[in-house]
Amino acid sequence: MDIKQYIKEKFLLLDGGMGTLLQSAGLTPGEYPEKWNITRPEIIKKIHGDYLAAGSRVISANTFGANCLKFDCDELEQIIKAAMKNARAAIAECGDKEDRFVALDIGPTGKLLRPLGDFDFENAVEVFAKTVRLGAKYGADLIILETFSDSYETKAAVLAVKENCDLPLIVTNAYGSDGKLMTGATPAAMVAMLEGLRVDAIGANCSLGPKQLRGVVEELLLNASVPVVLQPNAGLPRVESGKTVYDVDSEEFSSDMLDFAKMGVRVLGGCCGTTPEYIEKTARKLVGLVPLPLSEKNITCVSSYTHALRFDKQPILIGERINPTGKKRFKQALMENDIDYILGEGINQQEKGVHILDVNVGLPDIDEPSMLCRAVTELQAVTDLPLQIDTSNTCAMERALRLYNGKAMINSVSGKAESMDAVFPLAAKYGGLIVALTLDENGIPETAEGRVEIARKILARASEYGIRAKDIIFDTLAMTVSADNKAAIATLGALRTIKNELGCHTSLGVSNVSFGLPHREVINSTFFALALENGLSAAIMNPYSADMMKTYYAFRALGGMDDNCADFIEFAAALPDEKAQATAAQTVPEENYASELQKAIIKGLRDRSSELCRALLEKTAPLDVVQNEVIPALDVVGQGFEAKKVYLPQLLMSADAAKAAFEEVKSFMLRDGSEKVSKFPVVIATVKGDIHDIGKNIVKLLLENYGFEVIDLGRDVPPENVVAAVLESKAPLAGLSALMTTTVPAMEETIKQLRASAPDCKIIVGGAVLTREYADKIGADYYAKDAMEAVRYADSLK
Amino acid sequence: MTAVKTKEYVLPPVCIREVLRYSGCAEVTPDMEALANECAAEARKIFSPKICYGEFPVKMIGDDLDLGFARVSSRDLEKNLEGCDSAVVFCATVGHEIDRLIKKYGVISPAKAVIFQGLGAERIEALCDLFCADLESEGLTARPRFSPGYGDLPLELQRDIFRTLDCPRRIGATLNQSLLISPTKSVSAVVGLKKRV
Repeated sequence: MDIKQYIKEKFLLLDGGMGTLLQSAGLTPGEYPEKWNITRPEIIKKIHGDYLAAGSRVISANTFGANCLKFDCDELEQIIKAAMKNARAAIAECGDKEDRFVALDIGPTGKLLRPLGDFDFENAVEVFAKTVRLGAKYGADLIILETFSDSYETKAAVLAVKENCDLPLIVTNAYGSDGKLMTGATPAAMVAMLEGLRVDAIGANCSLGPKQLRGVVEELLLNASVPVVLQPNAGLPRVESGKTVYDVDSEEFSSDMLDFAKMGVRVLGGCCGTTPEYIEKTARKLVGLVPLPLSEKNITCVSSYTHALRFDKQPILIGERINPTGKKRFKQALMENDIDYILGEGINQQEKGVHILDVNVGLPDIDEPSMLCRAVTELQAVTDLPLQIDTSNTCAMERALRLYNGKAMINSVSGKAESMDAVFPLAAKYGGLIVALTLDENGIPETAEGRVEIARKILARASEYGIRAKDIIFDTLAMTVSADNKAAIATLGALRTIKNELGCHTSLGVSNVSFGLPHREVINSTFFALALENGLSAAIMNPYSADMMKTYYAFRALGGMDDNCADFIEFAAALPDEKAQATAAQTVPEENYASELQKAIIKGLRDRSSELCRALLEKTAPLDVVQNEVIPALDVVGQGFEAKKVYLPQLLMSADAAKAAFEEVKSFMLRDGSEKVSKFPVVIATVKGDIHDIGKNIVKLLLENYGFEVIDLGRDVPPENVVAAVLESKAPLAGLSALMTTTVPAMEETIKQLRASAPDCKIIVGGAVLTREYADKIGADYYAKDAMEAVRYADSLK
Repeated sequence: MTAVKTKEYVLPPVCIREVLRYSGCAEVTPDMEALANECAAEARKIFSPKICYGEFPVKMIGDDLDLGFARVSSRDLEKNLEGCDSAVVFCATVGHEIDRLIKKYGVISPAKAVIFQGLGAERIEALCDLFCADLESEGLTARPRFSPGYGDLPLELQRDIFRTLDCPRRIGATLNQSLLISPTKSVSAVVGLKKRV
């Protein structure tokens, strides 16, 4: 019988621990168990045979760590070939050969992926792909990805499987005692991502005993529409006279497994510490038990690397601020590759309470696929919110969906055939919740019925790609009410029908409705309230708008979604008291503004600095504000730092306050159309192989404070990228940092390449292990012991 | 045969003075103390201290030091292990979350990023101290821990340590291409055990 069919009809019994048995057969710590496929095949065959005799339907070949990071290509092929042969031989020798399957077993690489680690996502896909191709070549019946403790690496492995074979795929993750993966994902988040990637069965293995995994299993069962898999350890290990023993015996283990089977788990086996005896007892207890039927869960959700966000009763807020449309400052950040500005917008919106971040970085003059990938990757290092990938560029969409760590929201598809042909295949491959606009080749229908008709068409087409209605969320398009006074009514009508008749969720870009009207906030927030009342599930909105947030919290309080109105009360407490604010501003005498700004910077008061700077700009030229206020204040702090009277965090608080003031100057000048304030560009980078960037970031901040245009290439930067950035920007100065002795050679190489291609560029270096002598030796122009020295040197070049 | 073990710990309360010292503050000023307290409160629940370790016999073979799981040539470690019949090799981590916090605050508040950096350093050192104190008994003293990269002990020893202890699977610590550990707030080291006389 085909294994997918088998799971549909019966419990599927896997095998138990391999590593533990190999250790008792003499495998030493640090020895690769996969080599035993070749050197000790009789032991491997015996273990497989014992599991088959115990009742395992699937045996996992001894290939857990068989990848090209551990073994060279030839050896890898020999190992996988031998492993498959051993498993097949065991089946050939067992009495009952019917419905026995060999799984290619794949574990994690032991590397941590970017952005937390330094292993590239696509490299990980390629490493797994090599193993998958060999497994398929040597006759695996299915593939089991197991013991993955990072959702991102899990995704890389799943893509490798899907792109290199058609074999059924089971994925199990190792959850910690907190019920999450090591990198933070909950079971619900894993289900969201893995079902999106169309994995055949999803579950948990290793790390804990059956009882400790109960919460994880319940969450999996609650969320998964596909069969749930469980392979626990035999409890927790302890060491007795040099040997590792586990605290759950086969009797207790099999009883627990029977309970899980009754709860709905369909695929069962064991992990560390379990033996054929554990499997045999489990098999015996399952005799006669009929599996619970599989049920479609019909959950609409997105996920990030930590959690799944369900579209349900509670309205969802999607922050719209990461988008250059109509935002000069954001456009400038994109043009200058200023990723920190974009990340700041993400973090700030999260603090305001949004649930999802829309990410749109489309500008005519930039490489959108690269920028979108960078934004999506880096955002996921600083925020755990799910992302909505917003682009009309199919190539950018595919690359971002591929790199996204979770199940993304996809913005958007429309009823146009061309759009559906482009977006649906991507959603079918990578998963995602698709925002569908109710318009098509004939434009936007004026009536609600017209829009609902398009929605039906979109649903029908999506189902051809195997995309379910729960994974489509309709945007019924808010049109400008000043142009057509029936516009809002049509939008709301379509919303209601789609919700009630099609049973689908809805989303709206709320603010379009008020174009051309004064006091747009009033119209927007009222329209938002009406839409919510008509069943709106999610709004793409500006969380900095107090009116919108007021409506959101009030609606939840009034709609019985906010217990004891607790959220509303907390929100209201944080609202600024308008009267108090007005008096506070007046207490500062006008003639003292200048010194007040300096004081604010020296004390490191960020918000106060912006506020004072904004006021000052009303009557002082921006360059004078920088020269006469910001820089002198920074100098006071800088001198204090050099004299060891001001400490690093204090220096940074001032630098941050100065940056806030500088931001005001920048926006003022953008509005004003006046010239740039920057002195000259400086390229900075942490060299290849080094991931420690805090020192580099401090230098960046201070250089920016002093008016330099900093081109920050980030960390782990290859020499050729530094050279390219220097050539492109014509920067007269490049700064390189390295923390470790092991990465200093990379710094030397970068200097060598810079000298060859950009001989006029001065090079400044810094980092924990460097000294002036060392800097001279590797050919740098200058060694800065701290950020202030770097600024002083840059200033000396003017 | 040596068994590799895994341990989870509950860390002692944060020592703010140490956090500030690691953050570059030679003294505790009221404003910095307040900031450090704020950061410590925010990070209260994010640490997951874990250690994996194994004990191995130690002996000299010619000029090389045989650590049981690897051979190295290092005068400095040799000196450190003088008089020890065995050594514990361990890898400790306080988890990924602190790295995320440092990165997040690197964007929105560099001062806090530095404090979180200091906090992470204080936490991982506290974990190592706790573990090393546990190794001592009536009959045994533990030598100061010695990490790859200290003195003339090659960083390449990291590969042997990681392979032997299976750190990625046991505690989620991984080695990058420069042989540094991710999460960054992690330590690997050798601790000599010496009989008390």
